[in-house]
Amino acid sequence: MSISNAIDCDIHPGVPTIKVLLPYMSDYWRESFTARGQDNFQPASYLPNAPIACRPDWRDGDAIPGSNFDLLQKHALDGFGSRLAICNVLYGGSFSISETMGAAICSAVNDWVKAEWLARDPRLRASIVVPTQNPQLAVEEIERLADDRRFVQILMPVALDMMLGKQHYWPIFEAAVRHSLPIGLHAGSLYRYAPTTNGWPSHYLQDYVSNNHAFESQLLSLIAQGVFVKFPDLRIVLIESGVTWLPGFLWRARKTWRAVRPEVPWVDESPIDIVRRHVRLTAQPIDAPSDPAVLERVLNQIGSDDMLLFASDYPHWQFDGESVLPDGVPARLIEKMVNDNPLATYPRLRETIQ
Amino acid sequence: MNVPDQVLERSAETAAKLQLVDCDIHPSLNHRQALHPYLEKRWRDHLDTYGSLAHCVYAGRGGPYPRFTPETARRDAWPPNGNPPGSDLEFMKVQHLDAHDIRFGILEPIVGANNARNTDLSAALCTATNDWQVDEFTSKDKRLKASIHIGAEDAELAVEEIERRAGDRNFAQIQLGSRSVEPIGRKRYWPIFEAAQRNDMPIGFHVGGPSPYAPSPSGWPDYYIEDHHVLTHSAHAQVASMILEGVFELFPKVRVVMIEAGFAWVPPLAWRLDNHWRKMRSETPLCKRPPSEYLKQNVWFTTQPAEEPEHREDLRLLFELIGFDRMMFATDYPHWDFDDPQRALVMPMSDAERRMLFHDNAMNFYANLD
Amino acid sequence: MGKHIVAALAEIPPGSQKLVHVRGRAIAVFNVNGELFGISDTCPHQGGSLATGATVGLTTSEEPGKFCHSRPGEFVRCPWHSWEFDLRTGQSWCDPRKFRTRPYDLSVEPGEALVAGPYVAETFGISVEDQYIVVEL
Repeated sequence: MSISNAIDCDIHPGVPTIKVLLPYMSDYWRESFTARGQDNFQPASYLPNAPIACRPDWRDGDAIPGSNFDLLQKHALDGFGSRLAICNVLYGGSFSISETMGAAICSAVNDWVKAEWLARDPRLRASIVVPTQNPQLAVEEIERLADDRRFVQILMPVALDMMLGKQHYWPIFEAAVRHSLPIGLHAGSLYRYAPTTNGWPSHYLQDYVSNNHAFESQLLSLIAQGVFVKFPDLRIVLIESGVTWLPGFLWRARKTWRAVRPEVPWVDESPIDIVRRHVRLTAQPIDAPSDPAVLERVLNQIGSDDMLLFASDYPHWQFDGESVLPDGVPARLIEKMVNDNPLATYPRLRETIQ
Repeated sequence: MNVPDQVLERSAETAAKLQLVDCDIHPSLNHRQALHPYLEKRWRDHLDTYGSLAHCVYAGRGGPYPRFTPETARRDAWPPNGNPPGSDLEFMKVQHLDAHDIRFGILEPIVGANNARNTDLSAALCTATNDWQVDEFTSKDKRLKASIHIGAEDAELAVEEIERRAGDRNFAQIQLGSRSVEPIGRKRYWPIFEAAQRNDMPIGFHVGGPSPYAPSPSGWPDYYIEDHHVLTHSAHAQVASMILEGVFELFPKVRVVMIEAGFAWVPPLAWRLDNHWRKMRSETPLCKRPPSEYLKQNVWFTTQPAEEPEHREDLRLLFELIGFDRMMFATDYPHWDFDDPQRALVMPMSDAERRMLFHDNAMNFYANLD
Repeated sequence: MGKHIVAALAEIPPGSQKLVHVRGRAIAVFNVNGELFGISDTCPHQGGSLATGATVGLTTSEEPGKFCHSRPGEFVRCPWHSWEFDLRTGQSWCDPRKFRTRPYDLSVEPGEALVAGPYVAETFGISVEDQYIVVEL
């Protein structure tokens, strides 16, 4: 099914080298990165040369995937005919051990995105990358950029220093709600903990596939800690999480809640209802079965047409050719995914588009 | 809290019609030193002084997450003598084996034996646990079959224990925890799979185990409601690890069953593995075929805790996708999230499907059920 | 409709509970601080016997992290999956409209009155000095 004039909720400009960020850093950090000779802060969650990091026909030699503006414009914006696309930069500031260095890199990334991406194409929007390692610094970064309405979301990797529902992170949620910014959780880990509860797999492939352990457990944490009770306007977007795991997750969450809900009495409704109201997912990848009829049934099990957002995940390799969406996604759902759902999820998009 | 009269009365009333194999019954120790008769003095003294130190927070209890019921058990499963649920064979017979017309029940002891960090102690405890299962349960009731408990972290000792029991008809499978210290497909565990294949013994992965790692890739959740849910991820990880590391390529006749991990996650995991393996298979040369093919060839699942979809037909869809031939019923007796054979899986089934699910698959899967 | 004697009051003192059968119905009877409650014994989920469940209070919350405990003993948790049922209404806490167990009105009558009838004492003799729990069916 060919799609045009969609809102693409996940594309990835790539930071080619720390050098491009230096102009957006303070004198101290500029000197620091240069004098210490430090570069290559690509996160291990996206090994630049791994197949998933870039579709083969989108590769630009050895360049960091997504780092070429002209190619991104050609492949993602013109290629899919998207009217808007949200830039989600995955880079070292969000992952670093050091809070201060993380904050410096995140700030530079945001200013770099503003100057070298948003300014060059009116179709682009972006997420604010924040140093979750220190929520206070993260809030400062949100405050610094919130007036620029082209920033439509706060972005963080899904696996963090600790469980996301903990009060440690609540200042970020408070700022998010205050500025009408959803929180985007993107596949990827700070690797403070093993990627699986059984430790460290031998293979990157298993790391990647195991991302949904982090998505599921973070959703449970947000629910169990009462984040959505405290912040009823908060929206969470799961980005590159896959989709087909969701129904089974919801069933198990409800079953467990029915049994042990007095442990978390502030959770006074079914987790299924909470998730349907507060959580959205980019539909790239979907992790679809080969039978379109089965996919349609699984998507209908989600029980809401409001939750899925169209995304290409450019330049990550999730599909070939023009088949952004696999067969089996119902037409009525596609219609909502490409426009209505993104506009409802990202209030700031509505300000600049009718 | 003991109400034995009522329980007995009720069990007699609800005698079930369906003959079945229950793939998950938990026997328990009737007192703290119940394994002592099967241990050397050295280990008895060790246990009395230091306990069985695992990867844990507290000295006197197992996991860090307080469960929701005493002994994680059904509240009606306490025997009249007041000993822990699952420790009294006579009561288990009346309340469970007889009441549900159980032809065979597979014992899954969870007594901490495979969790000890000291692997010599772990091996001694596993040997003791195996002797104890035979003495207290399987020799007294032929419907019950034991599991060969092993400490997987020392594969050499684990293989010794498998060899010691493999010819013994009291044992139906090798038992592993779903939470190993490293992903179970790694080379250090291969001797266990080799021994399983050589002895034609299936391997049951019951949720839980000695892993020192956090329940989530983002750390430690606060609540049991979270921990209980994400326990299932350890089963996902073991399945993925065995497939990607080539265990089923190297030991193609190995049969494994994931126990007490639910099953709604299985089809999406298969799709996800297949989709990303197609792109990144160069990294995993020992996984030669789409991961879903190994799932269909080497992996079975028990049904408990049964999924409860919003719409009944979606339950049946899961069975169709995984395959009725891969699914085996389990109650988890006497634990609190017990599934009732008559009530847990409410969906239309043909007689043939019902027989496979409740009986035939397990008869074919396990060793020594005849 | 008829009144049936289900138990002597002394059999179910405060803080205790008992499964009784009246005209083929299994009823779980609870004595919560002297107040009697009866509900159908079978959990609507998978059929656990509610008479063997733990009685607990109602846990609610005004905000995340805060616990409010009220109505001590007025809920029973199913012995199997811990679903909570309100002894006053028979409704489950998790989904009160969909999952409920039938509540029964119980009363206490003196043996003296019962001897005269029209009550039906199914399984035991009546002593005029004692008090009895009666259900109307």
